[in-house]
Amino acid sequence: MKLNEKLYTLATIVENKPGVLFRTANMFRRRGFNIESISVGTIEQDGLSRMTITVYADEDTAEQIIKQLSKLIDVIKVNVLDEAEIVKRELALIKIQIQDSRALTELTNYCNIFRNRIIDVSPDSMIIEVTGTPDKVDAFVQLVQGYGIREMARTGITALQRGSKK
Amino acid sequence: MVKMSGSQALIQGLWSEGVRAIFGIPGGQIMPVYDALYDSEIRHILARHEQCAAHMADGYARASGHPGVCMATSGPGATNLVTGIATAYADSSPIVAITGQVAKPFIGKDAFQECDTIGIVTPITKYTLQPMEANEIPEAIKKAFLIASTGRPGPVLVDIPRDVQTGVSDISIPDKVEVRGYKPHVKPHPLQIERAADLLLNADKPMIWSGGGVIIANAAPQLRAIAELLLAPVVTSLIGKGSFPENHPLSLGPIGMHGRPEANKMVCETDCLLAVGVRFSDRSTGRFEEFCQDASIIHIDIDPAELGKNKKPNLPIVADVGIALNELLAAIKRKLAKREETAWSKRVEEIKEQFQNSSFGESKGYQPQIVEKIREILPSNGILTTEVGKNQMWGELYYKVIEPRTWITSTGLGTMGFGFPAAVGAKVAKPDVPVVDLAGDGSFRMTENSLAVCVDEHIPVTVVILNNSSLGMVEQWQRLFHDRRYSAVKLSGSPDFVKLAEAYGAQGFRAQSIEEFEKVFKEAIKSDVATVIDCPVAPEEDVFPFVPPGRGLKDILYGAESA
Ligand SMILES: Cc1ncc(C[n+]2csc(CCOP(=O)(O)OP(=O)(O)O)c2C)c(N)n1
Repeated sequence: MKLNEKLYTLATIVENKPGVLFRTANMFRRRGFNIESISVGTIEQDGLSRMTITVYADEDTAEQIIKQLSKLIDVIKVNVLDEAEIVKRELALIKIQIQDSRALTELTNYCNIFRNRIIDVSPDSMIIEVTGTPDKVDAFVQLVQGYGIREMARTGITALQRGSKK
Repeated sequence: MVKMSGSQALIQGLWSEGVRAIFGIPGGQIMPVYDALYDSEIRHILARHEQCAAHMADGYARASGHPGVCMATSGPGATNLVTGIATAYADSSPIVAITGQVAKPFIGKDAFQECDTIGIVTPITKYTLQPMEANEIPEAIKKAFLIASTGRPGPVLVDIPRDVQTGVSDISIPDKVEVRGYKPHVKPHPLQIERAADLLLNADKPMIWSGGGVIIANAAPQLRAIAELLLAPVVTSLIGKGSFPENHPLSLGPIGMHGRPEANKMVCETDCLLAVGVRFSDRSTGRFEEFCQDASIIHIDIDPAELGKNKKPNLPIVADVGIALNELLAAIKRKLAKREETAWSKRVEEIKEQFQNSSFGESKGYQPQIVEKIREILPSNGILTTEVGKNQMWGELYYKVIEPRTWITSTGLGTMGFGFPAAVGAKVAKPDVPVVDLAGDGSFRMTENSLAVCVDEHIPVTVVILNNSSLGMVEQWQRLFHDRRYSAVKLSGSPDFVKLAEAYGAQGFRAQSIEEFEKVFKEAIKSDVATVIDCPVAPEEDVFPFVPPGRGLKDILYGAESA
């Protein structure tokens, strides 16, 4: 992140059909913008999906990104979420090595404190589900790093504006 | 609802969009469409290379204002269209490309001549469609034409699997379609129009910079009225030539790397620039930071993404250029009855006087003379296309365009080989008007096979080759900026172009002097066969003035000495 850059979270409503993600991602690539994270899924309205895209950009670049996104014909709407009024969540699945019974106890305790869920246990590993703000996921990952993370999958951020504003 | 095949639906859909000519080449995966075409009144023009088919559609579109259509089979047919599609995209020209695709069960199986056409063209099209059932075709076609020709126009590609072409179903052609995410913003904000009028009226040195968007919007009359009311001089972009008559006292010609010196000089002096339908291309503005540093800039464009992309305007207005200029004209009229001659308008006369007949560097050589002669002889509605290179820049500097849609050149992509097939397309659109391609020998050789199309289809266009036996423009740069290290620019081995033309059944002339040129050119544009005029010219004759790359517009070079 450069000095005059900040994080923008773009809630982008798009047609749910083949090629749309490609066209969108390609616009970023072609114009030299970097996507920080992107998550896509269907929404309450038929035939539409929401792409939550986060980017670090200065103001002019952000403006250009929004205009170029809006220009894509399969993009119905682009909303810049107000960072102060935003609910952001990320899901991570983390497979951690279990060295001994002490490790198992400690990890189980940490999961309680972080309100994570243990969703699978085998003799030498467990899978933990972490949901929360990206910061919380980061913090948990840091905490358990020493135990030996075997595999990890993060979804990227998805977000909604609080309150009645749409 | 009528029972018909996807191909029949396609042809009917095209017909109902007003398509009367298609440029293309058949092949296995588009044959059902060609079969349906056999029963139709749509004229098919058999290009000899799909790149030319796309350029022809583009030339047709730019000359007529209606989308041009090109068609190709899957795989190599589709990929050959790419340069033509990219060219149309860069210059916002509405073409609809129709490509065959392998049948649905073969898609993704690396079948013979399968390729991911949509994947390839996505970055160079405004939109792509792939109907997957025969009954989806009419709607796809309607959408393609709507998207290609409205808002900021551009190419749209429709890729149709072979089994969708042959599929029979109950089909009807819709009257209207709706595209959910597509609503070009056409109405300007009234307060912004008022502000623009005030800014222009209060400026001491108002100027207009007019671009391709003015031509697309058919807004040349409004633009002219505004310029005349304000006594504001008009400069254009290269593609904007013709948006304002270049023989008008207020015309200063195009700005940019090879723009007119009077235009480049004056744009550095203005205090209020009305930029309309232009995209602030680096080739036009020179260094962005230096461009109109001390002027307030009003920028009108239909594409919001153009406003502030390269240069932040003081007043951005998103609108259809035609509607915006209409309203701006009305606002100015309300506030201003008539303007007396100003110091600024005197300055316009003065600078024009200074440069009008001047030759830059050396005496006005043969090539500028040829270009001026073409203008002298062609009627004002005659169409000139160009290739890319010095030929194009001579045209930019010396060919005064008077009417919109009579100057057709590849500016955004700068595609060599564009001019000749574009001329063929333009002639199909405007059969009663003489159409001339101003060419370099290098460019001509890239698409000379269109001569076969001209002869076969009785499309009499004239090609004037400024034959310097070299890739002249590159050679000029090597002379100026690479210490005369001429790398890969000599074009030896060209055929005798007169004989080449004759071999195709066209007409060929050689013109060694301006007198000879005048004589054969007059004959050529009246002829009912295509004509090639080969003009041997000196490779060393360079195009000046010239703003070197990366410099500001005021840093004009007038000759090699100053380089
Ligand atoms: C398809 C393509 N290839 C390469 C170039 C790079 N290029 C620009 S100008 C030029 C030379 C043009 O030569 P010619 O057509 O003979 O015109 P001249 O400059 O001699 O008038 C070249 C190679 C280009 N613009 N387009």
